[in-house]
Amino acid sequence: MSTKDLLLWVVVPYVCLAVFVLGHVWRYRYDKFGWTTRSSQLYESRLLRWASPLFHFGILFVFLGHVMGLGIPESWTSAVGISETAYHVMAVGIGGIAGVCTLVGMVLLIYRRRTVGPVFSATTKMDKLMYAWLAAVVLLGLWNTAAGSALKLGGEYDYRLGVSVWFRGIFYGHLHPELMAHAPIGFQLHGLLAFGLFALWPFTRLVHVFSAPVWYLWRPYVVYRSRSPRLGAEPPRRGWERVERPRSGARR
Amino acid sequence: MKVMAQMSMVMNLDKCIGCHTCSVTCKQAWTNRTGMEYVWFNNVETRPGQGYPRTYEDQERWQGGWTLNRRGRLQLKAGSRAKNLLTIFASPKMPSMDQYYEPWTYDYENLTSAPLQEHTPVARPLSLITGEPTKVRWSANWDDDLGGAPELTKDDPVLAKVSADVKLEFEKTFMFYLPRICEHCLNPSCAASCPSGAIYKRSEDGIVLVDQDRCRGWRKCVTGCPYKKVYFNHRTGKAEKCTFCFPRIEVGIPTVCSETCVGRLRYIGLVLYDADRVLAAASEPDETKLLAAQRSVFLDPFDAEVIREAERSGIPRDWIDAAQRSPIWKLISTYEVALPLHPEYRTMPMVWYIPPLSPVVDVVRDTGEDAEERGNLFAAIEALRIPVEYLAGLFTAGDTAPVTAVLRKLAAMRSYMRDLSMGRESDASIPASVGMDEGTMREMYRLLAIAKYDERYVIPTAHEEQAHGLEELATECSLDYEGGPGMNEWGPFGEGSGGTTPIAVENFHMLQQRQTTDTVADPATRKARVNLLNWDGKGAPEGMFPPRPDEARPHEPEGPSGETQPLPAGGSEPGPTGSGTEPR
Repeated sequence: MSTKDLLLWVVVPYVCLAVFVLGHVWRYRYDKFGWTTRSSQLYESRLLRWASPLFHFGILFVFLGHVMGLGIPESWTSAVGISETAYHVMAVGIGGIAGVCTLVGMVLLIYRRRTVGPVFSATTKMDKLMYAWLAAVVLLGLWNTAAGSALKLGGEYDYRLGVSVWFRGIFYGHLHPELMAHAPIGFQLHGLLAFGLFALWPFTRLVHVFSAPVWYLWRPYVVYRSRSPRLGAEPPRRGWERVERPRSGARR
Repeated sequence: MKVMAQMSMVMNLDKCIGCHTCSVTCKQAWTNRTGMEYVWFNNVETRPGQGYPRTYEDQERWQGGWTLNRRGRLQLKAGSRAKNLLTIFASPKMPSMDQYYEPWTYDYENLTSAPLQEHTPVARPLSLITGEPTKVRWSANWDDDLGGAPELTKDDPVLAKVSADVKLEFEKTFMFYLPRICEHCLNPSCAASCPSGAIYKRSEDGIVLVDQDRCRGWRKCVTGCPYKKVYFNHRTGKAEKCTFCFPRIEVGIPTVCSETCVGRLRYIGLVLYDADRVLAAASEPDETKLLAAQRSVFLDPFDAEVIREAERSGIPRDWIDAAQRSPIWKLISTYEVALPLHPEYRTMPMVWYIPPLSPVVDVVRDTGEDAEERGNLFAAIEALRIPVEYLAGLFTAGDTAPVTAVLRKLAAMRSYMRDLSMGRESDASIPASVGMDEGTMREMYRLLAIAKYDERYVIPTAHEEQAHGLEELATECSLDYEGGPGMNEWGPFGEGSGGTTPIAVENFHMLQQRQTTDTVADPATRKARVNLLNWDGKGAPEGMFPPRPDEARPHEPEGPSGETQPLPAGGSEPGPTGSGTEPR
C-alpha cells in the first residue's frame, strides 16, 4: 500500500467528508438566505417541465441504488436468498434506466442553461463548475454500469466486494485503501470525483437537497407564528400558569 | 371560540381614480430591487381587463386557491399534498414571464454617447432579464383604461362567466379600477402550499409573511395563491409578497399604499374573528353562501362574551378597543357595504371592497335623468344587469343579490344626503328603504365621505413589552436569535462575515461588559464596532476617530490581554492607567 493509495483512498475521503459536514454547518448558519434551489423556471419552463423531473427522479433512484449497492453488504443479500446474478440483473436494469433518465435530464438541463439567454446569465461560476463536475460523476457512473457490469469489458469486477467494502469502511474506521487501489480505473475515478463533489456540495446550490420538504405531508396547512410568546398563545410552562379558578372538566 | 385579531383593509372603489400612486409608492418602498422588477405588491387593474398577471382569475388554468374534494373536504385546488410534492421539480402551473412581463430599461447612454448623425439618437428598450435589446409588448398595466379593448378585455376571466349578450355591450357600459394587494387571508392557500413552511400567518395581527431564511424557492406558493400575489424573486430565488407594511403597522401608521392614496379610499383596522370556525366557513358547499359564511366568522367586538374570550386569548385591551373603533368592522358588518374579492377561492380574503356605484350614476346621467334621485338610481341598478353581474362575478361568486343591496345602500345615501346638503327636509323613508335608520346612514356617510386620517386608519400599535422583538423587524424575540444571548462573535472571515448580530444582542453584551469590566469601556477591543451608546465618556476608545495623518497609531494595546490605554479627549498623551475605572 503506497502513500499515494493512502492519500487517495483514506485522506481525500476524510477531508472531503469533513468539508461536507462542516461546510453545511457553516452554510446553514451564515447563509440561510442563500439556501435555495435558485429555480430558473420563471425564465423558461418548456424544456424544464420535462428535463427537471427526469433528472431529479432519475437521480433519486440512482441515490437509492447507491444506498443499496454501497450500504448493504453482499453477505446480507445472499442471506435473504438473492443471488449475485439476480442482484446484478436488477441493479443494472433499474440503475441503467435511472442513470439514463438522469443523463438525458441533465443533458437537456445543461443545453437549456447554455442556450436560453436569461437562464445562462443567471448561472454563476459555481453553477458551471458544479454542473461539469456532476456530469463527470454521472457519466463515469453510467460507464461503470455499462462497461463493467453489463458489457463486461475488461473482465468482471464485483464492486460489492471492492468499492462497497472500502466505502463502508470509511464510516466505521476499517480502512481498506488496497481494495480501491485494485479497482478498475472507472470506479477509482468515479469514487474520487464523487468525494470531490461532496466537498463542493455545501458551496453550491446542491444544498437544496437537504431541504427536501418531506414533512410537508404531515404538517398543518396553515402555519401560525407569533412575534413573541404571549400569555394564552401557547400553554404556559409548568409552574407559570396564571391564577385561575379551578374548573370542572379538562383544562383548556 | 378562539378569538384572533386580523389587520385588514377595505377599499372604496367609487373613489379610485386609477392614478397608480399606491403602486408607485409601494414599488419604491418594497420592490425596486433587481429580481423584483416585475413584482407589484400593489397594482391597480382596469376592469374589465385581464389583470396582473394576465388572466390570473382563471383558476381552471392556474389552479390557485382551495376547492372541495369529493368528500366535501377542503383541499388545495392544485392537488393533494403528495401531488404537490411530486410536482416540485417543475411547478406545472406557474405563470411565466409571458403572463407577467419582461421588465426593461432604456439605453439612455446612447442619448449622450451616440456619434453625430442625421437623426436624433433614441434610447432603445433593453431587457432587464437578458440585457439584450427588446420589444416592449406587455407590462403590468398594459390594458390600463381599457387600452387594447375589446381584443384584450375579451380574455377577462370574470367577463367570460357573464352571459354572451352582456359581453357584447360591455365596453360601452362602464369601467372601473380595482387596486389589489395581498389579501392576508384567514385561510391562506399560499401558506398551505409552501412545502418548507416558510409562509406563516402572524397570530397577533394575521399578516401573512414569507420567512426569507426558510424559503427554499419551491415556487408552490405562486401556484397556490389564487390572486397571484406571491412573487418569485428571480435573483434571490425566494418568494416575496406584500407585507401589509408590517413595520409601519406595528408602530401604528398605515401601509404605504394607504398613506399615499390620493383618493383616500382605503381603510385599515382590526377585525376579531373566531379561528375555530374558519375551516367550516371555508368548506361551505354553496359558493354563493361563502360571503355570508365569512361574515359569520367575524366576531362582534362589543359583545361581552367576545371581549372575555379575546382577553383569554391574550389580545390586549387596547386592541379590543381598536377593534371596536375599527372602520373595517363597520363597513363589513354594521353597514354591510364591503364585499370580499373572489370569495369562491375559499381563502377567506381580508381586503374587502365597496363596489362602485359611479358607473350606474354615469349611465343615468347620460340619459339626461336626475342621477341623484333614489328612484332613478334604484331602477338603474335593477335594469343595468351588466355592471351588477360583473361585480357579482368579482365579489360574491356570481350572486347578484348582495351587490344590488350594497349599490342600493350607496344610492340611497346619495339621494338622502343630497336633501341634507341642499337644505331640504331629510327624507327618513330613504334610509328605511334599504333597511337603515337616519343616524346610521349619516354615520356611514361620514365614514365614506369625510372620515379623517385617524378614523380611516385605526391601527393599534404593537405592544411595548414586545418591543425588543420588533427592533430587528424580526417576528420573534431578538434574544432568541441563533446562539442566543451568547451570540457576540463574528464569522470565521472577520468582522462583517456571517449573519448580523441584532443590535439588541450587541447592546446587551456591551452593557454587560461595561458593567463588569475593570477598565475603561473601549468597544474597539470588544470585537465590535465603536458603539457610542455604550461609551462611558471616559477617554476616547480606539477607532472612535480616524488616525491623525502625522501619527501612525497613537498607542498600541498593552500586553496580550488586549486591554487598551484610553486616550484622554485631547488625544495627545495616554492617560493614567485605570483612571476613573473603578470596578462596578
